[in-house]
Formats: sequence, C-alpha cells, structure tokens
Amino acid sequence: MGSWERRATVGAAAIARLAGGASRRLGREGHTITGRVFLALAPPSGARALARRGRSALVSGTNGKTTTTALIARALGEDIAFNASGSNLIGGLHSALVERPHASTAVLEVDEAALPAALALVQPDVVALLNLSRDQLDRMHEVRRLAELWREALATYEGVVVANADDPLVTWAARSCADVRWVGAGQPWLADATACPACRAVIVVADGTWRCSGCRLRRPVTGAGPVVPPTGLPGRCNEANAAMAVAVVEEMGGQVDPAAWAAIDSVAGRYGRGVLDGRELRLLLAKNPAGWREMMPVLVPGRPLVVALNARVEDGTDPSWIWDVPFEQLAGARLVCAGERAADLAVRLDYAGIEVDIEPDVGAAVARHPRGPVDVVANYSAFRAARSLCHG
Amino acid sequence: MADSAVSIVLVRPALLGTYGDGGNALVLAVRLGRRGIQADVVLLDGNQPLPRASDLIVLGGGEDGAQEAVADDDVLRHSLTLAVAAGAAVLAICGGFQLLGDRFQVGAGRSIAGFGLLDCTTDRLSERAVGEVVADSALPGLEVPLTGFENHAGRTLLGAEATPLGLVSHGVGNGDGGGEGAVQGRVIGSYLHGPVLARNPALADSLLAHVVGPLPPLAEGPVTRLRSERLAAARGRRVRRH
Repeated sequence: MGSWERRATVGAAAIARLAGGASRRLGREGHTITGRVFLALAPPSGARALARRGRSALVSGTNGKTTTTALIARALGEDIAFNASGSNLIGGLHSALVERPHASTAVLEVDEAALPAALALVQPDVVALLNLSRDQLDRMHEVRRLAELWREALATYEGVVVANADDPLVTWAARSCADVRWVGAGQPWLADATACPACRAVIVVADGTWRCSGCRLRRPVTGAGPVVPPTGLPGRCNEANAAMAVAVVEEMGGQVDPAAWAAIDSVAGRYGRGVLDGRELRLLLAKNPAGWREMMPVLVPGRPLVVALNARVEDGTDPSWIWDVPFEQLAGARLVCAGERAADLAVRLDYAGIEVDIEPDVGAAVARHPRGPVDVVANYSAFRAARSLCHG
Repeated sequence: MADSAVSIVLVRPALLGTYGDGGNALVLAVRLGRRGIQADVVLLDGNQPLPRASDLIVLGGGEDGAQEAVADDDVLRHSLTLAVAAGAAVLAICGGFQLLGDRFQVGAGRSIAGFGLLDCTTDRLSERAVGEVVADSALPGLEVPLTGFENHAGRTLLGAEATPLGLVSHGVGNGDGGGEGAVQGRVIGSYLHGPVLARNPALADSLLAHVVGPLPPLAEGPVTRLRSERLAAARGRRVRRH
C-alpha cells in the first residue's frame, strides 16, 4: 500500500468517526454510519489493511454471538476493536475497526450470512462457530444453505476453527477446515438438523451424541474441555457461550480472569435491569424458537411478563416462528403482548390457552402490570425499544 | 362421527416443520375443543404410516433436503394415498403442497416425483417470492380474503383436476398468473404460512366441516385485529408501490 493510500485511509477513518459521532449526537446509534462512510471514502487496500490486526477472532452463529464476543473481549483486555453494539454486518465490522484503528486485537461478532465476506476481510486467527437454527428465514431462506455457505468459505481458511460439536450443521460446516478445536457446548434445539446436511439421511440423536444414519458424519470426539469459570449470566445457553469463549481465548493465547467474568451480569442490555414507574424490569432477548427454548427456564414462574414482538427487516418479516415456541409452558402467566406484532403473539397465546392483553407500546404494556418485578422478553428491534425505557 | 375423537395427523413434523406450520394442527384441535368436540393430534414421525382412521392430515413446509427425504418415504406415500381415498381431508403448506403434486423441482433443476394427490407440477420461479399475500378465496362458501406469508421459490402450475384455493390480489402465490394454492376434492395445498389457519379461521372451519359437518360460529378473539392489521399492511404496501 502506497503512502497516499495510507493517508487516504487515515483521512477516511477520521471523517467516518466524525460522521458516526454526529449521528450519535442526533440520537441515532451511529454504529453503521461510521462503517458506511469509511467504506465510501477509503481505498479498498486501506480498508483491508485496517482490518488485519496482530490477533483477531470472529464469532458467528444464530444465538449467543453478542455474549460470546463480549466474554472473549473481557478476557483479552482493553486494547481491542470489538463491535459491542452488536452491529454485525460488514458495515458494522468496519465501524468497530475504524473506532479503534490502532488496537492490536480484534474480536468481532458476524452475522451468519456475512461470515464468508468477514473471513476474507479480517483473515482472523480464530473463528468460533456457535450454532445454526431457524431465524429470519425471509432473509436466510434455509438453515442448511447457511451451513453450506460456511463450509465453502472455510475450505480456504487457514486459521483455527472453534466449533460446537453438538450441532450437526456446525460440525458439517467446520469439517471442511483442517484445524478444528471441537467444544461440546450443547445444542438442545435440533429441529433444523433432522436431515443430514451432507447426504439428507436422518440424523439420529441419542445418549448425548448424534450421528447420520446414511453417511459418516457424526459428532466429533471432544476432550475433557477447558475449565469454564462461571459468569454472572443465567441459563444453560450462557454456559455454552462461556465454554466457546474460553476455547477462543486460549487459542488466542489469552487467559480468563474468573473475577472479571463473574462480574458480568448483563451484555448489551441482555439480562439488564431497570426501573419504570415502580416496576422492576429484567430485560431478556429471545428472537427465534431455539432462543425461546433456552429462555423458558430463565423466567421466574408467576412473575408478570411482557412479551414484545416486532417483524422489521432486522427481526425477520415473518413471525410465524412463534408457533414453534412452546408458549403452553407459560400457562397461568399474567402476560401482556407488546410490539408491532402484538396481535400475532396474542393469537398464538390464545391457542395456547393463555388469556392476554394487547398493548403495542412496551412502556404502556409494562404499566398494565402492578408495581413489582416484571420480566420483559423481546425480539431484536423490540428489545431496543425495551432497553431505551430503562435508560429514561 | 359417532363418539370417537377426531384424529388430526401432523405429517413428519421433524422434516416438514420449518416455518411454524405445525400450528395448523393446533388450531384445528383447539377449534374443535372449543365446540365440545374431542380431537387427538398425532405427530407422525420416524417412518410410521398414517393411521387408516385419520380424519385431518396436515403437512408443513420444509427445506429442499427434508422435502426430498419425505418424497422418498414410500410408507407415507402409500398410507397417505389410502387415507385420502378413504375420505380424509388434507391441508399441505409450501413444500408439503409441492410434495402432493405430480412433480416438483429442488435445487438447480432436479425434478422429483410427488405423491400425485393434487393435479399440479412445480418448477422454479425466476425470483424467490417472500412477503405478505392477500388472496380472494375461491373456495365455495368461504367469502373472506385469505391472508398469509409466502417464502418459496416454486412456481406451481395446476392441471385440469385442481382449482386454485384463492386468487392473488397481493403477492405471488403459485406464480402462474394469479392463483394461490390448489383444491382437489378434500385435498388443499397453499403457499401461505402464518400459520394459514391461525390467520384464517374460516378456512380452518371449512376443513373441519368436511369431518364433523357444519359448525356453530366461535367468538373470535385477537384474530379479528390480526386480520385487519395484516390485510391493511399488505394493501398499504401495494398502494405505495403503484
């Protein structure tokens, strides 16, 4: 890269940061603006150079990206470019890199469909593959196709893959790679891996393992695995996220400080707490059937609930997936349906035999409950609305 | 129906259950229950055949690979044909709809033999159809528009034995120039997710009427609001586009 390209890149980054800052002062989030402005102004060679760091990791999967990325970042110290906001398309990755142009380490979560482009851009030392299940099918179309995209992109990747051996789709995708560290992170939701991604025969699941009935694809052997220090986050899924994060940190030559991890009790607002007119809120994100399955045991029986559902582009515009969630388990709950698709949710709950109120505005929905603890479970963009309530 | 419970069979839910269509079986069972009629929902997985006494048979949509696996399932093919011949009513959505036709296409161009219960064949649309659909019902006695969400790459052409379930006023549907779904005797195919019976209770009741005869109306809850929201959203988008 010539010196004018270097200067042009530095200039583009400076302008992009100003644009992002201005956007945030106008009350927008600004994370994608920075990346978009940078991409429009910087020479391509400069953008690539900015993305290559001393050590770097990418984290992808349907659920747990943001939490796993935050756990890894916390373990690796301060000097890190990382997309804490969860902006995980290519523009969001550029934003995170531009915000910390001199950081020697990059830890970035990546949208499942954007992983091939992110691999080419960042050329990371480590890639963590968490899980794959149905989510935003209006955009992704087929879960198996995502696994195929990963498999193709990983075939030419030369770094280390940390992969969840309990997910057949992830396993098949990672099998195209030479250097894989398998982690038994668990995957209770296997409804999208009933047919083998390789040969289409039935996948047999039994005794904590799985194998294809038609070909040689089977659960890889995992060792005892690393010691996983507890975090302050609830639920089985966060134990899985922590196990994946420890493996990534080790592969990057780092070490987890147990005290620092134990202090983490919310990530990007998930599991965060707030007070609204005397209601003590706990904010929970669940945006697909696999995520809801993990969420059910985290809910406190008897505690009033607000469930908020949107169906914007970033949520997936078809909320039919709520029919794959066993809402029958919430029988007897005091529940208000909120969000732009509150009526869809109310119909689903009606057929689950649960009587509900409809109040699209999340704040007003919370106010329908008496003072005291309230759990708010929201999907992606509805979660943003819920979070802004607690910020006042 | 004498005194036995109505048998609702959800076919191969592990393979044909990607888009929430299993909800159709729940809707049918609950709507019977609310009228004091007992219903059993059977999840037909593995390679079990359909029970001979199946009254209502529901198939959902699935990914190409899963759809192909079901097409290879001769136990299902044979028992489904017998059940339809014995008078069972069938609702098949998206991949399930394509599967009940004579042939359907997966991937780039492989054509696969379907179950031949609907006189139709499916090839590929030039562009995947994703979005809200509104269709005027073409089913006798069903006066209200159908609403649902489509997400498919199939173009389905009907033969002489089948008629469309609806006529598309918004969205793509079959991609054959205006039809949505297919009806042939007591077999109904449709591209509509939502699930379709949750969004269109009148369609659910018309299927139930095949089995238990005319039904008294139910007091509808939140679905009235859902239907008006979805119909307005689809039509609003159409107005802006023109």
